[in-house]
Amino acid sequence: MTANSERLPEGGRIDRTKPLRATVDGIEILGYRGDTVASAMLANGIRTVAPSLYRSRPRGILGAGNEEPNALVRVERRGSSPMLPATTVELTEGLPVHTLSGIGALEPNSEAKDLDTRFAHTDVLVVGGGPTGLAAALAASEGDARVLLLDDQPELGGALLRGTDAELLDWAGGAAELLRARPEVTVVSRCTAFGYYDENYLLAVERGETLDRQRLWKIRAHHVVLATGANERPIVFAGNDLPGVMLADATRAYVNRYAALPGSEAVIATTNDTAYEAALDLAAAGVSVRAIVDSRAEPPEDLAAMACQAGIEVLADCVVAEATGTDSVAAVRIVRFEQPRRTVRTIRADLLAVSGGWSPDVGLFSQSGGKLRWNETLAAFLPEHSRQRQHIAGAARGRYGFARCVADGRFAGVSAAESCGYPAPDSPLRPGISERATRVETEQRPVWIVPAETGKPAEWREHFVDLQRDATVADIARACGAGMRSPEHIKRYTTIGTGSDQGRTSGLTAVGVLAWLRGMGSPGALGTTSFRAPAVPVSFELLAGRDTGKLLDPVRTTPIHPAHRELGAEFENVGQWKRPWYYAREGEGMHEAVLRECAAARTGVAMMDASTLGKIDLIGPDAGEFLNRLYTNGFKKLAIGSARYGVMCGCDGMVFDDGVVLRLSENHYTLTTTTGGAAGVLDWFEEWLQTEWIELDVWATSVTEQWSTVAVVGPRSREVIGAIAPELAVSNAEFPFMTVRETVLGNGIPARIVRVSFSGELAYEVNVANWHGLAAWREIERAGAGFGITPYGTETMHVLRAEKGFPIVGQDTDGTVTPIDLGMDWIVSKRKDFIGKRSLSRPDTARADRKQLVGLLPDEHGTLIPEGSQLIGEHTPVTPEVAPVPMLGHVTSSYHSAALGRTFALALLRSGRERIGQTVRTPVGDRLVSATVTEPIFYDKEGARRDG
Amino acid sequence: MTASLLRTSPLGEREAEFAASGMDIREAGFRAMVNVRVDSASAAADAIGIALGVPLPVVPNTVCGGERAAVWLGPDEWLIYGADGDTPRITALATEALGPVSGSVLDLSANRTTIEISGARAREVLAKGCALDLHPRVFGEGHCAQTLIGKTQVLLWQYGNAPDYRILVRASFANYLADWLLDAAASGW
Amino acid sequence: MLLIECPWCGQREETEFRYGGQAHVDYPSAPAETGDTEWAEFLFYRDNPAGPFAERWMHAAGCRRWFNAVRDTRTNEFLGVYRIGEGQPA
Ligand SMILES: [Zn+2]
Repeated sequence: MTANSERLPEGGRIDRTKPLRATVDGIEILGYRGDTVASAMLANGIRTVAPSLYRSRPRGILGAGNEEPNALVRVERRGSSPMLPATTVELTEGLPVHTLSGIGALEPNSEAKDLDTRFAHTDVLVVGGGPTGLAAALAASEGDARVLLLDDQPELGGALLRGTDAELLDWAGGAAELLRARPEVTVVSRCTAFGYYDENYLLAVERGETLDRQRLWKIRAHHVVLATGANERPIVFAGNDLPGVMLADATRAYVNRYAALPGSEAVIATTNDTAYEAALDLAAAGVSVRAIVDSRAEPPEDLAAMACQAGIEVLADCVVAEATGTDSVAAVRIVRFEQPRRTVRTIRADLLAVSGGWSPDVGLFSQSGGKLRWNETLAAFLPEHSRQRQHIAGAARGRYGFARCVADGRFAGVSAAESCGYPAPDSPLRPGISERATRVETEQRPVWIVPAETGKPAEWREHFVDLQRDATVADIARACGAGMRSPEHIKRYTTIGTGSDQGRTSGLTAVGVLAWLRGMGSPGALGTTSFRAPAVPVSFELLAGRDTGKLLDPVRTTPIHPAHRELGAEFENVGQWKRPWYYAREGEGMHEAVLRECAAARTGVAMMDASTLGKIDLIGPDAGEFLNRLYTNGFKKLAIGSARYGVMCGCDGMVFDDGVVLRLSENHYTLTTTTGGAAGVLDWFEEWLQTEWIELDVWATSVTEQWSTVAVVGPRSREVIGAIAPELAVSNAEFPFMTVRETVLGNGIPARIVRVSFSGELAYEVNVANWHGLAAWREIERAGAGFGITPYGTETMHVLRAEKGFPIVGQDTDGTVTPIDLGMDWIVSKRKDFIGKRSLSRPDTARADRKQLVGLLPDEHGTLIPEGSQLIGEHTPVTPEVAPVPMLGHVTSSYHSAALGRTFALALLRSGRERIGQTVRTPVGDRLVSATVTEPIFYDKEGARRDG
Repeated sequence: MTASLLRTSPLGEREAEFAASGMDIREAGFRAMVNVRVDSASAAADAIGIALGVPLPVVPNTVCGGERAAVWLGPDEWLIYGADGDTPRITALATEALGPVSGSVLDLSANRTTIEISGARAREVLAKGCALDLHPRVFGEGHCAQTLIGKTQVLLWQYGNAPDYRILVRASFANYLADWLLDAAASGW
Repeated sequence: MLLIECPWCGQREETEFRYGGQAHVDYPSAPAETGDTEWAEFLFYRDNPAGPFAERWMHAAGCRRWFNAVRDTRTNEFLGVYRIGEGQPA
């Protein structure tokens, strides 16, 4: 072979002024802009690709598009996919191509690609830029409708590009120009629609000219026109996988579009009219076409005459029984179609062009919920009934031939635009084109399989059905033998149709073979396997788009974040929030830092950014009543200027959220929610207000990020508050526990200060407008410096509250815990009704042996029990003989306590309150350790510290 | 020292990145934003509109007004948007006009910040992560919508024909949205 | 992805909505007088038809209104949407 040796001297749609060099498996090839890797390989005499995956059989290029099962390649280029069909990769300068046996390898460190996503909306979406799609897009856009046309090739024209009819190609060029000139038309080339979902939502992948650029289109269309064309089918006979066996229409593509010769001596095997065009085009290109083998007894006279004129013998009523050759096709043995199948001739050939008929590409139609029906005349499943606002037109519904496609496309385009409110003015297509005569096709004679003359089907291991999966008639016969009957079962048993080519050349063939094996006339009664997205392979990274790296999930920060960074905080993810976890000083680990922060809060003063708590304002005369109905305790009588802690349950009585409610005025309350519960609580409020209690006069508004909050905690916190808020009277009498004060800080910032405590210590929460959060933090830091004010993070906050036995909703509860289980009977109103109250007396909720919140003190004071650890009884055996070991509950919170000088934990324990004083055991590493069950409060049981 | 000098805006540190993006994009911080809730059919709704000089729009997802504007958020909810410093005036006028009628007027000026993005590529960049149809036939000047861009909720508002968009985003999501917009703007597509 | 019509904002992507389960399940008027079985049915039992199903949705990322919709659970097709308090369309 020599470079470009099989390139025709002229013709084709390649750009001969743009020569390109590339390598295939290290061998240099020459090509042109407009080539695919496959066409350049053929033009350079490379007809064999990597051997097959499972049986290592020699393989060649079968097709010329995304139906290709054999010619898979890896391209050594930044951002390339691991495996691509050579028939779809555009040749570019210097491309290093390696053929692959069916399995690519992912690049573990694939470099960044230019991946994009875009949403698109259109009145009419046309899928496919062949004659049908072009006609549809032209017609649809005549009345100013917005039209989006997707085509998977670099050049519009579809099947026309495989022909040589200059007039039709001109028409396509003109149509493309016209479309591009219309302002409301968008034409996207190199774009393949691969998914069709509810409400005309389609996904499509657009490829750049280089392999590292891809864009995902997310399209909503009012109306869709599917002009997806048809796929040619192969025929199953012995040796049908040899290099040199090619789809007939693909051979046309190679000689006409790419000016590349796929062989020098050809036999054509067909069941229908279309392969005659291939025969004539091959002959015109200089290929010696030895015979057309036509399954039909009487091929159409006009076609036979044309073949005769070109010097091609037509063998009617014949089929190919076998292709033979060691590494590629060398000879073709032809037999009579009718029994007995005696051999008619054996012809030397290096190219066997096959047409087993056409299957409309109904994949997207079928994905959209459309129903198919078998058509005996066309030997194909055709669209019958659409479920969505769509038309399917042209070859995709079995309307073959240019004139019919254009007429069908035009009709679809006009109807589609009309349904969107854009009736097309009555302007016919360019004169002459729509009237162009096309011969009416004659009937075909389907051939699914040419049986071997000897042996049983289960032995026919050279009759290939799925080339990518190396699956044969023998495999289908074995599946039948194992009791499989339906195409769906056969597919899963044999893996036919599960390759990256999505079974484009094997799906219906397999059903045809199955029908033959089962003695049925045609595949019609068996149906097809389901078509599913993606119709072509797409990478996960394309679907992820820009939602990777720092855009994977929003990172939420408070306005005080810069200060946390300056202080060297370690951050903890709390939902999407980044919250300071602890602030380690030089030489400290987390353990030391947390002990120091805890000690500061218990003995001096400490500060924390509490801005992430959810905040909701409730305004209206019924706000108190509304709160009364949602919280387990009462708020209607809460004094203005006062605060109260509350718990909310779901209808099932399980704790759902908690927080502090402040009453700012007669009709105005504001409340906090947990950090993670903010959105859910507001939704919950709105649900009741909008759907159930519409008579209540209350307005709920999220104010979470209007406010920034700094907690100032510790025995010396009053002094710090006094220092930052000179106008505020801060004595215990003038500013008592659970009250709120509005003031202006010394630096002029308006603030709402609340005396609440989540640690048991004297504590305040300073609320300022979000944009003042950082300034307020710095002011408190400045004012507190003299008192050694210590910033603390979420870990210290958790330790301080756990020492006091304050549960955290979502950590110490999990949606199966009632306020009673938490030991919060004191907060559950006996007098009023509230959401969830009825459920507290359900038999299951009222059981005495429910899991209840308790404290645990490990017998070894330094041993920290991991959170989540399971608890078992003191004497429960743990030998395998008595498995399963009965579990009593689990640890929900566990810490080292600076105040206690030891470790402690909170746990949900079956009949926990009855077990106080008893011992339980739990695994720590490889050991079982013992812990004493206690009341869930460890520090300042009398509550003496909250007033400082 | 006046309190307004002590304010920080969520994207105050991103100015240089916006300037280098090749897009006309900037943070418009500290705008006045007051949430108003009232029955749209009530006389109070009209009174608030008259007091503010901008009627509360009843057509969903539209905006009335100019520098001070009323943005539709829901059938009984609006955001009154204005220049920095207009909040006290808006709050006072709306509260007074509401009178004893049921409703609420709340200052939410610090709750969100505003990103403004303008120019020929603005629509295309937004289409990379916003599922709304932003075609001028569908969404033009004076239209607004609460929707998603990327993974964050926003209030999107076309306020000019360049086109010019305002994206109102909650303060804690502002840096994510800025990252997202800068990434989308930098895309070679 | 479904396209859902908010009665106020018009058609929006499914990602903007929160699902609220079966519609027209009223909260019992007197929970305290409701028997255990009846209460359990209110809490835990919902219809699951193959066909038209009245259900609640909330335009969470949009106008935050709850509304009702009738969806055919076999095809995901929305047969109609209506505001809270409006009757279910025939
Ligand atoms: Zn809505």
